[in-house]
Amino acid sequence: MPTRARELQLNYFRASIGVANIKGGAGILRNLKGHQKSDLIDGAESPEISAVYDRARERVLTDQREAGLDRVVEGQLRWDDMLAHPLCIHDAVDTKGIVRYYDNNNFYREPVVEGDLDFDGDLAADLETAAEAVESESLQAVIPGPYSLSDLATDDYYGDEAAFIEGITDFLVGEVEAFPETETLFALEPSLVVNPPGDGADERASEAIGRVAEATDAEVVVHTYWGALSEKVHAHLLDAAIDAVGYDFVSDHEASLYNISEYGTKESVALGVVDGQNTLVEDPETITERVEWVEEKLPVQGFDRTYVTPNSELFYLPVAKYREKLAALAEAASPAEVSAA
Amino acid sequence: MSADRDAGDRTGGDGDRASGDSAGIGEGASSREAFRPPDHPNDHFILTTVVGSYPKPKWLNRARDLHADADSGFDDGDWAEATSDASRLIVDEHECAGLDAVVDGEMGRNEMVEYFAHRIPGYEFHGRVKVWGHNYFDKPSVVDEVAYDEPWLVDEFDFTNEVASRPVKVPITGPYTLASWSFNEYYENEEELAYALAELVNQEVEALVDAGARYVQIDEPALATTPDDHAIVGECLELIADGIPDDVRIGLHVCYGDYSRIYPEMLDFPIDEFDVELANDDYAQLDVFTEPEFTKDLALGVVDAHTAEIEPVEEVKRNITKGLEVVLPERLTVSPDCGLKLLPREAAYGKMKNLVEAARAVERDLDRGDLDVATPASADD
Repeated sequence: MPTRARELQLNYFRASIGVANIKGGAGILRNLKGHQKSDLIDGAESPEISAVYDRARERVLTDQREAGLDRVVEGQLRWDDMLAHPLCIHDAVDTKGIVRYYDNNNFYREPVVEGDLDFDGDLAADLETAAEAVESESLQAVIPGPYSLSDLATDDYYGDEAAFIEGITDFLVGEVEAFPETETLFALEPSLVVNPPGDGADERASEAIGRVAEATDAEVVVHTYWGALSEKVHAHLLDAAIDAVGYDFVSDHEASLYNISEYGTKESVALGVVDGQNTLVEDPETITERVEWVEEKLPVQGFDRTYVTPNSELFYLPVAKYREKLAALAEAASPAEVSAA
Repeated sequence: MSADRDAGDRTGGDGDRASGDSAGIGEGASSREAFRPPDHPNDHFILTTVVGSYPKPKWLNRARDLHADADSGFDDGDWAEATSDASRLIVDEHECAGLDAVVDGEMGRNEMVEYFAHRIPGYEFHGRVKVWGHNYFDKPSVVDEVAYDEPWLVDEFDFTNEVASRPVKVPITGPYTLASWSFNEYYENEEELAYALAELVNQEVEALVDAGARYVQIDEPALATTPDDHAIVGECLELIADGIPDDVRIGLHVCYGDYSRIYPEMLDFPIDEFDVELANDDYAQLDVFTEPEFTKDLALGVVDAHTAEIEPVEEVKRNITKGLEVVLPERLTVSPDCGLKLLPREAAYGKMKNLVEAARAVERDLDRGDLDVATPASADD
């Protein structure tokens, strides 16, 4: 049996959590930022506000390293608009009313694209800051996938759906090309599950994802969540030039397993086995069992690399619970477990 | 996710409370006459009220900060006194505006889930989570079986009822919303948690009724997020209404949703009144409620809760007549779209005052026959 490198990987956790709970952080930001729509992060925040985010970023990087994760992220703390962030802060985008973020009790400003989405550099700047603090072999970039980003936004410039996702893809390619060296890039694509593309659009979504993946030398994981991909969307996604697909084994483990059984998957895989939206902290043993359950059920000889990860972003959790989740993840995926498997 | 029930599985509507059958119509209409003030100037009576929350006086927010600071010496007794003062003030403000059924503006409640979770054994708090932008709430976790310990709102009702000269409405967060907006660590699924909480809400409503409450509004904003769960909300309401006397008016408030996904199923809910926000998008969804016939009392939002501009009386009158396209005047209640707590207080008061003035004007027009009310889509008989 080939050796499996079961690498633990933590995907996109935002510590709105971290910021709110760093001593004084919440109060400082409340005073500096305010509570209204116009007070959200816009990419041109004051040095005082930036300093608060920088301290919070250091804190969440420390949290991840102390937990013992193999991959760490910069935390996406500035993403007030969640996955829509890169558009909401862009000069060619106008932000309208507050709209619901998928089926959650969370809201983001609806981005309306009103001009050419040229290079911005906001994502790269945050990643650069993190790269100064951690080794590139443990750093992971996180981006919204092109399909989800276009799904969350409204087009008032490109004209039709195909042109819009192409414009968004060009934009993401430019952003990713500016990234410092990272080991992994996670592209988050919940919309592929929640609001799946229809005929034609499914193919375009996969092409878009492939183009973004080509913009980096990092290993690219396209992570899907809040259920399982439809068979057709899954099949198209496997055509994209990516290294791994991420599956949600919390929301619908049977359907996720079915997809891999029926259609296979890439050489590596990401398994979302920790619930990012419940304060119930999984035991390390439970996490290990879930990973083994997937591996045992599949008629394959194991994966090149298994990313063990929460199914969703972690910003839904109070900060104490997200730290407990990280610790459980790290323990479950420790080398001892791998060699024992 | 949640159970794949649909309307066909429901057992709702077989209770003895108003359930969308002909008996229900009479009950709804009679329970509202109790709210007609003795000096009501018109023959027609459109019940005016608010959804619930109201802007807090600034000093109350300062008092809350003091109360949260252990070193301040501002103890629980001081806090109770502060909230009582604020409640008295807001009840008075509601009466000044001329509302027929008043609320204390929820002065003692911090947030619509947190407040109840603090009073329900089985809940724990682990810290704040983001809602949007830099707005957070202390989202609780259910870590054990939920239970009823001591009354949640009876003290609030007793006080409000004592200081009010008008009838008091009691808004209470519904079990479906309490379940949806919590982390569920204990129950098999959210649905089971919602039913367990519904039993507790039933006990609380019984306690409120024993204390003299005659108008209770169940708030279920979470239904707007997941309208396909309407059967779960219906089942919760059956549990809540169980054993509650017919002369107690039970309302259901839902806001900012796609109502076509819960109508007409909601007509089977054992409630007297359905309260919806429609002014917000200028009654674009009004037609949803005309087919089939609307058989509950309609509590219609006639002023927007999220714009600070005070709608002129003429505009509010026009909005009220929108309601008459759905129900007859004796089945119409009018209120703001939603809780007013995010508005400047002057704007909240101005909206209520114009709301009452407009309702009285519409009643006058109806009395005189000046208002041509098309009979709402009526049943075949």
